[in-house]
Amino acid sequence: MVTDVRTTDLASVKPRTTQRTRGERVFGAFNATLLVLLCLGMLYPFITVLAQSFSSSGAIKAGQVSFWPVGFNLDTYGAVMSNDMFWRNYGNTVLYTVVGTTIAMVLTTTYAFVLSKPHLKGRKVLIGIAVFTMFFNGGLVPNYVLISALGMKNTMWALVLPGAISVFNLLVMKAFFENLPKELEEAAQIDGLGWYGIFGRIVLPLSKAVIATMVLFYSVAFWNDWFAAFLYLDKSELFPITLFLRNLIAGASTTASEGAAAAGSTTAQVSANIQAVTMILTVIPILTIYPFVQRYFVSGVMLGSVKG
Amino acid sequence: MSLTQDEQSPRAEARGGAAAPAAPPRPPTAKPKARPRKRKTSWKTALKRDWQLYTLAIVPLIFFLIFKYGPMVGNVIAFRRFRPGGSIFGDEWVGLRYIEMFIQDPSFWHVFTNTAVLGSLTMVVCFPLPIVLALMLNEVRQQYFKKLVQSISYLPHFLSIVIIVGMVMQLLSLEGTVNQVIGAFGGEGIPFLQRAEWFRFIYVGSEVWQTVGWGTILYLAALTSIDDSLYEAAKIDGAGRWRQTWHVTLPGIRPTMVTLLILNIGMFLNVGFEKVFLLYNPLTYETADVISTYLYRVGLVSNNLSYATAIGLFQALIGLVMVLSANLISRRTTGTSLW
Repeated sequence: MVTDVRTTDLASVKPRTTQRTRGERVFGAFNATLLVLLCLGMLYPFITVLAQSFSSSGAIKAGQVSFWPVGFNLDTYGAVMSNDMFWRNYGNTVLYTVVGTTIAMVLTTTYAFVLSKPHLKGRKVLIGIAVFTMFFNGGLVPNYVLISALGMKNTMWALVLPGAISVFNLLVMKAFFENLPKELEEAAQIDGLGWYGIFGRIVLPLSKAVIATMVLFYSVAFWNDWFAAFLYLDKSELFPITLFLRNLIAGASTTASEGAAAAGSTTAQVSANIQAVTMILTVIPILTIYPFVQRYFVSGVMLGSVKG
Repeated sequence: MSLTQDEQSPRAEARGGAAAPAAPPRPPTAKPKARPRKRKTSWKTALKRDWQLYTLAIVPLIFFLIFKYGPMVGNVIAFRRFRPGGSIFGDEWVGLRYIEMFIQDPSFWHVFTNTAVLGSLTMVVCFPLPIVLALMLNEVRQQYFKKLVQSISYLPHFLSIVIIVGMVMQLLSLEGTVNQVIGAFGGEGIPFLQRAEWFRFIYVGSEVWQTVGWGTILYLAALTSIDDSLYEAAKIDGAGRWRQTWHVTLPGIRPTMVTLLILNIGMFLNVGFEKVFLLYNPLTYETADVISTYLYRVGLVSNNLSYATAIGLFQALIGLVMVLSANLISRRTTGTSLW
């Protein structure tokens, strides 16, 4: 599987070397080998968790599982997927991601649009208000106190509102808007279109690429978040899937540490399967879209860096 | 992730945007003759002309005010007595009582040291590695191979910290791969996550796994922008690959390095709370407990909200001071700065 692809790549490194000296060829091969090893190392945790998710708990307990499933079975998947709470929390994650991303996109695009107008009086102040929050923030306890005081505990709003504008994303969008051709806007202005019209009818349709990128940035962030839920939610039926998974993992590790390794081993092991399956099911959406959207992420970061 | 500000040029651009005559001022309302725009537009004119823009800014501003600046102001409870159910800004002034409290608290200095050690280790290891990886990738001739390596190495960046920690735990458990290898060499199994002496290694290691690939993006971008003629000139001057790397490549990515270093320094004490929190347990507190986890326990578990706020404020201020000074130093010495 993965290994084969990599070795063929390595093999093809040499032939194309036209004018390179022997030293350079050796270096190239060495470099490629290192990179292949690095990739294998980076992928290994995924592989082993995938293998564990299909393995019998006995095999895991005996320490036999590494690259391939041992005692192949789908029972763990069945067990996890027949758990109502699992699906409920999974659904919550989808809901929080959709709502959070929608709110975030509305706020970020409008503010970025405003900031992208160089002639605007007070623009520097508006930018400063946003940028300052990158370097100084209120801290854990004041945030907690605020959310509690607003009555947002045990509601979705505690998870989706505080993260609604990422200043990084904001600056990326601002840079994008600044680079749009000015002539279109000017023409629209001459035709009597106000800023609302320019924003809705000219700028947004021209910005599909950056909007897609930002949607992805935000969705991944909301999908992956667990800590806000951990802080602000007490009811397990409101949990996102990441918190569900965290509680599985934390449960297993406390048993292990309390029973001083050996004794707690059984409980920890039973859930090693379940943990593996839950992890796999949680990352599947991200892994599925990842190959297609990766370049958008990269271009988003580049955009942000080149035109901060 | 706040790798936004970059290099010198965009700063100048942003500055020019507002005031500098260099930026061709857009005719405000179909009045192309207003070319040499007066530096001061009165608020009345601005509001009349751009009221729609200002209204668009209202909701985001309310957001910043409540969710970002609200907690900042909420930090006053570091100097005030706070009662649950009372005002979120506390009830009465108590002066520096809570500040004195943590300065005299030996556990605070313990976690402070842990944080500094973990932060420096992370910076020392995680700052240079993306540069090395970017240089290695830059040497690869086969585009598809390069793309593949990039895709794989970026992947951990997209995973929830919970997944990352879950995988780390699986790998390091008594039955996990690492102990299988140790067992194969006849060694005794080690419960890594229960051993304080292993914590830093585990933390930094997983941090590398998660960040090294993604960290290359900005360097790779900077690398492609280096002028090829510089390499040719160096070649003509008889420079080999290493000399070229040293004299052309590294100076070419220096602004990026400096920018990222400044940001790293600013984040130095913000050791990833979530990861530590998920990875540590009472057995490893000795090395694993950091300021943020300590203040979490003090504040939200034991309900000493004012005390924990004082600690958090202290940490945030140190961070701010460090970014500002790193920025100042770098502007003085290399001419590169965030703003």
